[in-house]
This record gives sequence, C-alpha cells and structure tokens, in this order.
Amino acid sequence: MAPLLEISDLRAKAGDKEILKGIDLVVNRGEVHAIMGPNGSGKSTLVQVIAGHPAYQVTGGSIRFDGQDLTEMAPEIRAQAGVFLAFQYPVEIPGVTNAYFLRAAYNEVRKARGLEEMDPIDFIDLLEEKLKLVEWGPDIMKRAVNSGFSGGEKKRNEILQMAVLEPRLALLDETDSGLDIDALRIVAGGVNALKRPDNAYVVVTHYQRLLNHIVPDVVHVLADGQMVRSGGKELAFELEARGYEWLTGTAGAV
Amino acid sequence: MSREGTVSESVESLVNRDYKWGFVTDIEADQIPAGLDEGVVRLISAKKEEPPYLLEWRLKAYRGWLKMTEPHWPNVKYPPIDYQKMIYYAAPRTKQPLGSLDDVDPKIRETYEKLGIPLTEQKILSGVAVDAVFDSVSVGTSYRRQLGEMGIIFCSFSEAVREYPDLIRRYLGSVVPASDNFFAALNSAVFSDGSFVYVPKGVRCPMDLSTYFRINAQNTGQFERTLIVADEGSYVSYLEGCTAPKRDENQLHAAVVELVAMAGATIKYSTVQNWYAGDEDGKGGIYNFVTKRGKCAGAGAKISWTQVETGSAITWKYPSVILQGDDSVGEFYSVAVTNARQQADTGTKMIHIGRNTRSTIVSKGISAGRGQNSYRGQVKVMPRAEGARNYTQCDSLLIGNRCGAHTFPYIDVQNPTAAVEHEASTSKIGEDQIFYLKQRGLNTENAISMIVNGFCKEVFRELPMEFAVEAQKLLGISLEGSVG
Repeated sequence: MAPLLEISDLRAKAGDKEILKGIDLVVNRGEVHAIMGPNGSGKSTLVQVIAGHPAYQVTGGSIRFDGQDLTEMAPEIRAQAGVFLAFQYPVEIPGVTNAYFLRAAYNEVRKARGLEEMDPIDFIDLLEEKLKLVEWGPDIMKRAVNSGFSGGEKKRNEILQMAVLEPRLALLDETDSGLDIDALRIVAGGVNALKRPDNAYVVVTHYQRLLNHIVPDVVHVLADGQMVRSGGKELAFELEARGYEWLTGTAGAV
Repeated sequence: MSREGTVSESVESLVNRDYKWGFVTDIEADQIPAGLDEGVVRLISAKKEEPPYLLEWRLKAYRGWLKMTEPHWPNVKYPPIDYQKMIYYAAPRTKQPLGSLDDVDPKIRETYEKLGIPLTEQKILSGVAVDAVFDSVSVGTSYRRQLGEMGIIFCSFSEAVREYPDLIRRYLGSVVPASDNFFAALNSAVFSDGSFVYVPKGVRCPMDLSTYFRINAQNTGQFERTLIVADEGSYVSYLEGCTAPKRDENQLHAAVVELVAMAGATIKYSTVQNWYAGDEDGKGGIYNFVTKRGKCAGAGAKISWTQVETGSAITWKYPSVILQGDDSVGEFYSVAVTNARQQADTGTKMIHIGRNTRSTIVSKGISAGRGQNSYRGQVKVMPRAEGARNYTQCDSLLIGNRCGAHTFPYIDVQNPTAAVEHEASTSKIGEDQIFYLKQRGLNTENAISMIVNGFCKEVFRELPMEFAVEAQKLLGISLEGSVG
C-alpha cells in the first residue's frame, strides 16, 4: 500500500519568494509527525501547500495522498478526500452559526464519499458526541463561526471540526500557540482520542511541550525551506535544550 | 497570477449568470403612443374612467413636474433619459372587466406561474394574498372575499378609486405629495395602477398581502402606486416582488409607495426586488427610481421596511419613516447587491417629530464585479422630539477589487435629549475566508454564499419565512460563480 502522504522534492513560492526548496516527507497511516524549526523556515507554508492554499504556487515536485497526486487539486477536493488543516489563525465567519457551518462541511464530505446528507436532527446527536471530546456544551454551536472567540476557543473549535470531519490526514498548524495549560490538555486530548491506525497527523509546533501531550513518531526539523534533520521524539528534547542553531548552521550544506 | 486576479476572475463569471425571469409574454396590448404631454395624462385618466378631482390632481402634478429637473445628486451615472420616447400606458387587452381570478387571460396566468406566483387560489402560496400587476394594470387579486369579511380592503388602485373614493381622496399624496420630487411628480401624473390596502381599527390581517409587479411591454415605463392605510391598533404585513424581461434598452420604473399607520398600528413592508439588471457591460436593465415613505401618524405606531435589492441597473430609493406620533417606531433593514455594472444609491430617512420616537437602520451593501453601492441615510431629530433614539448600522462587503462601496450618512439633531448612534464597517471577502471554507470541503460558490448569507443575516431574519428563503436563493443566483 502506498504511504498516506508522500511528498517528493516539493518546491513552492509565494509571489517571487521561494519558500519551500525541495521537501521530502513520507507519512504512513497511524503515525504522528512533528515539524519543528525556526521562524520563517517554511513550516506553516508546508502544511498550507499540502492543503492547497492559493497564496502559494507549487513550482516543482509532488504531493501524493493515498497514491493520488494532490498537487493540481482544488482545496475542497483535497478536503473531501480527507485532508484537514487546523489553522494557525482560524477565520471568523460572522452571521453563520457553528452548527450550520459544521453540518454544511460534514455533508460536503459525506457527499464526496457517496453518502447521503445527514439531516439536522441526526446531526445534533453526532455533535453531542463530538462536543464531549473538546469538553464543550451545546451553546457554542449557536455562536457564529469563530466570531468573538478567544484564541483558545478558536483552536478548540478547529479540533471540534476535525472530530466531526474525521480526516485521514490532519495537519495541525501551531495549534498549541496561544493556549493555556487547560486548553492545551483539551486540544491534545481531542487529538489523541481521534488517533486511529488508518489516519495520521502532521503537527507543526515551536514547542516541545505539545509533544508531551501528542507524542510524535518522527520529528523533522525544517530550516530555510529544507528538512535538515529527522529523528525520533528525543530529537525534540534535544532541540529544546540546544536550540536550532547547531542544525541551521549546516542547512546550506545539505 | 496575482491573488487578487483569481478573485476578480471568478467575480467575472458571476456576471454571466442567467436571469431566468427574462422571458417575454406574447400578449396583445392596449398601448398608447410614446411621449408625454397633457393629452397623455388626460388619456390615461380617461381610460381609467377617473373622477374629475383625480384628473386635476394628475394635471397639477404634471405641470409641477415640467418645472422640475431630474435629480443628479445620487452617486450613479446614466445617459439622459428621453421622456418623450417612453410609453406611459400599456395594458394587456381583456375582453371585459374581470369577474374573478378565473377570468385572467391564460397567457398572463401562465406568466405568473412561470414566475412562481400562481394566480389560481387553490395553488396560491399558502397564507399570502396576491395582487398581480402586469405592465400598467392589476390583473387579479386573490383572497379578496376572505379578507373582505374582516373589513380588510385589498384591491387594485384603480378599483379603489372607483369603490373607495373617500379613502383615496383622504390619503392619496398625504405622505408623498405630488410635488415631492421629480420622479414622484412624474408618477403622480401618469400612474396607471398599483395596490390599495386598508386595514380597519383593531384588525390583525391574518395573512401576508403581496403585490407582484411584472414589466412585460417594450419601451414602457411602469408607474404604479401603492397605498396602505392601517387604522388604529391594526397590523398588516405586505410583500412586494418584481421582475422584468431581458431587454437591451433601459426601462424606467418610477413607483410611489405611501404607508399610513395610525395610533398603535403596525405596517411591515418587505420587498425582494429582482428587476432585470442589464448584462455584464451594463446594457439594458431597469432604472428603479422609487419613492417610498411611511408616516407613523399616531402614538405608538410602527413602520418597518425590509428590502432585498438584487436587481435593476440602477436603484435609487430611500424607504423612509416620518415618526410623527409619540413613541412611534421606524425600522429599515436593507440588503443591496450590486454586481456587474449595477449601481445602487439607497438608504432611508428617519424623521423624528414625536416624543420618544425610535428608529433602527441596518444596511448591508454587497458589491461585486464593477458594481457601485452607496448607502445614503438621513436621521433627523426635530426640536420637539424629546428622548428620540436612533441606531444605525451600516456594513459593506466587497467581493473582488473593481467594485465600490460608499456611505453618506446625514445626521441632523435639533433636540439635546436625543441619542443617535452610527456604526459602519467595510469588509472584503478575503481569500483566507474562502480558503478556510474550501478547506472544510465547500466549493467556492457555497463558500461565498455562506459568507454573504451570514453577512445579511440580521436583515433576512426580518423577512417573512417564504420570502427569506426566496431572498437567500436570489442572492445565491446574483452572486453565482462569484469567486474562484
């Protein structure tokens, strides 16, 4: 079976600026990969390119998802195929309730899988289950999507969406930034509860502390648009202790 | 390609939407020659067998109009209108006066059915009574008998002139005088039909009343008048819809709507305006130059305007409320969409005269394509209006980078106890917002429609249920293919 995600020599730019300079990454089902690296190294760009953000232009290489080439696919097709991006800065949609939005998204994904749309009543039951994962009551569903949410609430809402959509590949873009200890525990708890042998996570983070909660199988270090080191979870501890400089100094030579 | 490029290109495809109401009904019409002079005014009045006072009223309006000039202060541009090239009266030819709805010409009935407005009562939208206006005349009104049993009058304007002369004489022009403005004066001179509603004291009208305006004939202006009088303590909800065939030349629609709410009465007036907007180059489409005004004549009266303006090449209208009675309430909820080359200059006037009068204005302008959308609103608090309150919220949403949004608020407060609030915002549907929704599996059109519907929510929830559904659908169509 092909790996769930297979990225080869991926190059991408925003405007005239080349950000990803030849990335290789293989993620198998059941794995958690952490991507670390200094600011501006291209971590967020990598996950946004995987999700198909139009601000970036792929200039070379390929992204294969479950054997399928994603590189030219529209973002919604990637999402329907099971790629989910938990945004670093979730967007506000005023006037649209969380419940309405989530059901619309859920039904798009169902339709893509050849299933019938779920009616609002059944969806409420499903939501009740999912809300427990992020320790929320039903009131949050009546609020407009991310409007007036605190930073922590927005991140929790991303995890709730992930729980509802049940992606095969979840990309978490600095989901831990701006979270207090409790929120971090809730977010990580949600992620762990959703782990299955047939899905995988790519977690972008600056901090080792998240990785105490979501334990990675592989840790990658990205610097200046290239992977400079990959290792087990102990690499994260080493980075915490030594910083990035000992690695980034060698980036040019790779 | 630039990021802006992708957004505006998809806006481009939105412009190529289909206007499915653009068909023409082939029907023999009683039409007078183009042009306007006193003879035409007299001819229209004669065709309608009007009493002498009404002819005099028309002639006075006409003579006043001759001395007026077309207003050019709105933030819209269009070539000069040749008022002598227009036809001022066109009516489908009928054999005899209509006895009941079943006598409506099958072709006309078919037209309304295609528009989703069946005129046979069995099929009629449940709980909505309809007056159908085809070009210059009303072709049928439903549920009249049932309403009549409660003392509610709902009929065509012409019929009201014949049957209820006292009410017409008393209220015609009482809110919008014939001399009010250029287009109101023109309408007063040549108006051909429209709807009349009277709700007696203490009666709550049990169903929504509705007029559906259809322009069919070519080179014809539509000049209808609507007059609604809600007597003390009564309630009525009124809906107005409109469409026109696709034609290459511009057509003028200059209507007048007058509302009178007596003490304790409530009038809720909702419009979904979907006149033909012209093509992507701005060719054709309706000039919608309309005067709408309500008067809260007694204490505790309430008038609420809700409008969803998606059509017309140019929209020029300011549904307003004169808050004369103490404790009276005026509301204006508006969504105005301009796409392609559409232009809208719309808003409201809230004139606070009585004590403790309150008004609320919620305006949502959406601009896409090369559309230009202006909000123009006046809040005036007169010296006697102790404790007057106004809240205005004025939001603009931009789609693409070739459209425009403008806001012209006028605030004139002459009483120190008044409180007037004005909030305004302008936002742009950003690529990030669309990407977020696409990343959750929605395609671009659904993403935009979700964002736009969310933006309009405060207005849509003021609409009666069926109308709200219709409005959401319309908005979907108006912005179809909007961003890529």
